[in-house]
Amino acid sequence: MSDNVFVGAGQWLTDSAHWSGTDGVPARLLEHLGYTVLTVVIAAAIALPLGLWIGHTGRLRGLAVALTGSLRALPTLGLLTLVVLWVGIGLTGPILALVVLSVPPLLAGAYAGLESVDRHTIDAARGLGFTEWQVLTRVEIPLALPLIVGGFRSAVLQVVSTATVAAYIGLGGLGTYLIEGVQIRDYPMTLAGSLVVVVLALVLDAGFALAQRSAARS
Amino acid sequence: MIEFRSVSKTFADGTTAVRDFSLVLPSRTTTVFVGSSGCGKTTLLRMVNRLVEPSSGQVLIDDVDVATRNPVELRRSIGYVMQHAGLLPHRRVVDNVAVPLRLAGVGRSEATSRALAALETVGLDPALARRYPRQLSGGQQQRVGVARGLVADPNILLMDEPFGAVDPIVRDDLQQELLRLQRELDKTIVFVTHDIDEAFLLGDQVVILRRGGEVAQVGTPAEILADPADDFVRTFVGLDKARRTLHVEERAGARIVVDGDGRPAGVLGPA
Amino acid sequence: MSWLDANLGRIGDLALTHLWLSVLPVVLGLLVAVPVGWWAQRHPRLGGVLLGSGSILYTLPSLPLLTIIPVILGTSILDPLNVVVVLSLYAVALLLRTAADAFAQLPREVVDAADATGHSTWQRALRVELPLAGPVLLAGVRVVSVSTVSLVTVGALIGVSNLGSLFTEGFQRNYTFEIVTGLVAVVLLALLLDGLWVLLGRLLLPWARTERSAA
Ligand SMILES: Nc1ncnc2c1ncn2[C@@H]1O[C@H](COP(=O)(O)OP(=O)(O)O)[C@@H](O)[C@H]1O
Ligand SMILES: [Mg+2]
Repeated sequence: MSDNVFVGAGQWLTDSAHWSGTDGVPARLLEHLGYTVLTVVIAAAIALPLGLWIGHTGRLRGLAVALTGSLRALPTLGLLTLVVLWVGIGLTGPILALVVLSVPPLLAGAYAGLESVDRHTIDAARGLGFTEWQVLTRVEIPLALPLIVGGFRSAVLQVVSTATVAAYIGLGGLGTYLIEGVQIRDYPMTLAGSLVVVVLALVLDAGFALAQRSAARS
Repeated sequence: MIEFRSVSKTFADGTTAVRDFSLVLPSRTTTVFVGSSGCGKTTLLRMVNRLVEPSSGQVLIDDVDVATRNPVELRRSIGYVMQHAGLLPHRRVVDNVAVPLRLAGVGRSEATSRALAALETVGLDPALARRYPRQLSGGQQQRVGVARGLVADPNILLMDEPFGAVDPIVRDDLQQELLRLQRELDKTIVFVTHDIDEAFLLGDQVVILRRGGEVAQVGTPAEILADPADDFVRTFVGLDKARRTLHVEERAGARIVVDGDGRPAGVLGPA
Repeated sequence: MSWLDANLGRIGDLALTHLWLSVLPVVLGLLVAVPVGWWAQRHPRLGGVLLGSGSILYTLPSLPLLTIIPVILGTSILDPLNVVVVLSLYAVALLLRTAADAFAQLPREVVDAADATGHSTWQRALRVELPLAGPVLLAGVRVVSVSTVSLVTVGALIGVSNLGSLFTEGFQRNYTFEIVTGLVAVVLLALLLDGLWVLLGRLLLPWARTERSAA
């Protein structure tokens, strides 16, 4: 049976009918990427200022560590279903849940990044007459960039993965093929959808690996 | 008897630590390698139990090339006391001492009682036996290291600056302890130090080393003091310093020993 | 509350299933990652490749992996074995890095002391390196354990019963209380397992807790 599923998935993926229309792969892929970008942008707007502030001042660090640690224990599926029952069907609920899940890696990347900067370098910058704002923007952030980008890398991969699960609560995106495939026992479609998500994750991860390397070099 | 035959050691990074070193270390005596840091003392010592393999030349124990022996078995037959005690942090003190016995296949209860006896031999309070090494002071850890080196009753004991990291009073104590032990146990001891006073105190044979494991002089402490081979040795043993150039003076009707600065250093005892 | 009374037995069953679906991958992951990580740290070149593939494995999203594995293994998609395999892969991926780091950061002089006292390679690995790597391994295991408990719930989407089933059922029946019950149960289970790992650590690594005394 497994050979059949593989062959079926190959046929599904090469069938041009699956590459057009609102349920086609390109549309679903765009949808998936759209949710990912939307989520990460909102999460970054919250997590980056907070993380930079924690890293720069060293305040509330214990709280941030405890928070990021305990959020790991929260099951994504539970959070997604709960939020939808509270907020109702639509975009708001799922995006809210995805934002909650992608804040911790971004936060950790930001404060750990700033903490990794050599104290002597910062003292030297202060000694040269940099204001606190200049210390942050011209010294700390550039030096912390590889770890900050690393935070984005984790957050994006986390959202790509969780958005797949969110198809269960009607978010759409590439997860639709998986969830529907399981429900109607169309396993070739499930496998095809899974392979597309896996390729997407690998491509994004490779892209971030390159970005991280160039951030470390500059 | 331990014999070094034209031994050289060049490390992978190109550092030559020992160049063409030859020496015989008689059995049941203490030979001390003394020299400043980096002159190759540790490298020489570690070639005896094959923690370092010579690049050329041989090390022989009782005329058998150590290279022909299984390194693990060789190490089990030789006691090794390390510079910073080198205790295993996850074993209690008594279990640390018992390690060589356990590796040799001695049963747990016999190993423990022999380890406790060894701790007593080196003068460590038995109440400390159940502690972990990090709960001990540096001097206490050093004693544990010596006990571990002795516990399996090896014929050969290698000691690498064993008292280097402890304060002078504890160091005096440990040195006296070692002298007493050596009178009782009669081991072949190879002792490494950078302290010439320690070398003269403990060594039957003292080997003064220059950089690259080059021998500056070999002899008993008396031979070296009486007839230093060259200016390097003269400086190294401190003969250019007032502290070592003693003479006898009559003062207030008594004969006392005075150093080069005229400071009284002691009296002449009965011959 | 009457729902809770009526379903307590079933929740208990789901929790038990959830428990072994979580514990098995962590234990399997540890059993694979420790020897491989030890080896990787001794062979930097091939080991680096291995660690790299481990981190790629970790980027693969869970739900897709849960549907790909049965095709590769030839198991039914409803088979709990799929969940165990996928989560074991994640556990290996994470713990491999932890183990390699744990072995790489062992104090040089202690490893040297092990050699000098005549430990063979195996004796050194089992009696000295493994216990000394213990605290770092334990920290890694605790992280993996918590995230594994949470990841098991995704299995409910492909029909593998566990506490995550309370989410899918509660969602379908529009019953918030069931979902909240599931969330609480999952978090409690994660805390319970974490506590057990900490306890195991205290039993196996008593020396790691001793403070340096000022003797
Ligand atoms: N494993 C090694 N690799 C490279 N160089 C080494 C190694 N061990 C020792 N050396 C070098 O060899 C020389 C002698 O070292 P060592 O025998 O430790 O000297 P000592 O014990 O007299 O201080 C030093 O220059 C040291 O840096
Ligand atoms: Mg040395």
